[in-house]
Amino acid sequence: MKQHILISDPTLRDGNHAVAHQLSAKQVAVYCQAADKAGVPIVEVGHGNGLGASSLQVGESLESDEVLLTTARKHLGNSKLGIHVIPGFATIQRDLRMAIDWGVDVIRVASHCTEADITQRHIGYSREKGKETYGVLMMTHMASPELLVEEAQKMELYGAEGIIIMDSAGAYLPADVTERIAALVDGLAIPVGFHGHNNLGMGIANSIAAIEAGATMLDGTARGFGAGAGNAQLEVLIAVLDKMGYSHGVDLYKILDAADIAEKEIMPLVPVIKSESVVSGLAGVFSGFSKHVNRISKEYNVDQRDVYFELGRRKVVAGQEDLIIEVVLDIVKRRS
Amino acid sequence: MSKLRVAILGSGNIGTDLLIKIQRSEYLECVLFIGRNLSSPGMAKAISLGVKVSDQSINAIVKDPDCCDLVFDATSARDAQHHWAILKKLGKIVVDMTPAKVGGLCIPAVNLNDSIAQQNVNMVTCGGQASIPIAYLIGQTHPDIEYIEVVSSIASRSAGPATRLNLDEYIETTEEGVKMFSGAKRAKAILNLNPANPCIDMQTTIFAKVAEPNIEALALAVEAMVKNINSYVPGYQLLVSPIYENGRIVVMVKAQGLGDYLPKYAGNLDIINCAAIAVAEEYAKKAANPGAVTFLAN
Repeated sequence: MKQHILISDPTLRDGNHAVAHQLSAKQVAVYCQAADKAGVPIVEVGHGNGLGASSLQVGESLESDEVLLTTARKHLGNSKLGIHVIPGFATIQRDLRMAIDWGVDVIRVASHCTEADITQRHIGYSREKGKETYGVLMMTHMASPELLVEEAQKMELYGAEGIIIMDSAGAYLPADVTERIAALVDGLAIPVGFHGHNNLGMGIANSIAAIEAGATMLDGTARGFGAGAGNAQLEVLIAVLDKMGYSHGVDLYKILDAADIAEKEIMPLVPVIKSESVVSGLAGVFSGFSKHVNRISKEYNVDQRDVYFELGRRKVVAGQEDLIIEVVLDIVKRRS
Repeated sequence: MSKLRVAILGSGNIGTDLLIKIQRSEYLECVLFIGRNLSSPGMAKAISLGVKVSDQSINAIVKDPDCCDLVFDATSARDAQHHWAILKKLGKIVVDMTPAKVGGLCIPAVNLNDSIAQQNVNMVTCGGQASIPIAYLIGQTHPDIEYIEVVSSIASRSAGPATRLNLDEYIETTEEGVKMFSGAKRAKAILNLNPANPCIDMQTTIFAKVAEPNIEALALAVEAMVKNINSYVPGYQLLVSPIYENGRIVVMVKAQGLGDYLPKYAGNLDIINCAAIAVAEEYAKKAANPGAVTFLAN
């Protein structure tokens, strides 16, 4: 009997990036019902950058956090309701306290891969309230395996019950994942997970590399619905895990059905790896930037690919969407 | 003219950088540099500058109440509240660098004169010092502001342990200041830490949703404001003049530090310290004028 893998499904959170945070309550309800039926253990819901992140910087949500989370709560039976929380966007008093009142079960507190110490109070609060609490390191291709272990150990110390590393830019190849996950499994006493993006077509391959290296938690979304090129595709992941003999508790037929429902009900476009997403992955830029880069580049008539490489050169992190305008204006200025 | 005698309470990065700035001031003299540990790097710096030091925290002032006229409180919000209870009775002016908010919020380019009528002024936050002057101008040029959002990105290495632990307080205080000075109905503050090496300069973007954008009037006002701020923060620069993009006003500024005690990229720490010096010097000018110094109740 092979290892059990804990599946978390952020279709209704990461996918919100793909529709500029315009997921409606009705769409949340429909997908929650389908995912719940399929036995998905954790369904993550919210603005693309998580709780309290609706903003001009990242994009304003169609629905408030309250509507998104209370709607999801109503339509999830066995599945747990999860949220993504980035300190610097979400505060404990304004956001996290309320989310707990609305009935979330799983709280994943995230920071840029080198900034774990900003998660201390949010992780502590979540544990204090008895919630299942994970630490999430984002944009992890920007840190060495050794540094990632140090940062993850801080989150472990603050009380995280597991650590998920995100390939937020879709920049990893399988060997990169193997090296980092192995180091984390070795350096931590708590479970390790992986959240893959698909810019270089490695979403599933990287997820498999992660569990072969000892990870026991994986994220995936229906049809890969998510920021930029999209995420590891959940229904494919489930099929591959079945084929490899891992246990996960998700029903294959029903998750395939859920993906069909998601495609029909929540996706204006099924994610494909667009040309600019390949460049975004190569440049190591946060996938959530894609809609902004696309819009602003067109407005000022500059080549998106130049914008991605410049953003990559400047080592921008998730949350620095305002820099896109500056980079575009800078390219315009240099051209004239 | 005799200088105003000041004490610095808190020997961390902020306190030590303030000390170096005060050495250059025509109006201020640091008579006592106070911490809790004589072997800290800040203390060593103060000793090397020949400044009198104490490791007795607030008791150093309680024991010798006549030692100074003004106190920079660069400790923590919690300690600053406790210190104020004591310093108020001793009649000291307090320039509060923490988000304790016992005094009125002070942005020198906007409300310097009102500020020095109070015995305790609060320097808001670094992001607030960078963004609020622009938010204020958006308020001056637009009667109806639905929403203002301010986003600051700072170099990871410029964010010490206290900043990291107090992100929520940073956000709350900055939002309060933005709303108060701009008149916006809603406000949001976001802070990003960027670990890139070489370190990034502090950069702040101000977004606004308004009924009728008046970019021309705003651009003129912003240009004048940047000059005004440059009189106390030389490294404050306009990066993107006001534009109207995707239904929102966007203005971007950056702050480079002077590189006193802290590296130049730490513009976030420099801007709040420069602002604090500016207000302290204004107190000094007022004290130098004949006539009793009276304060509004805090």
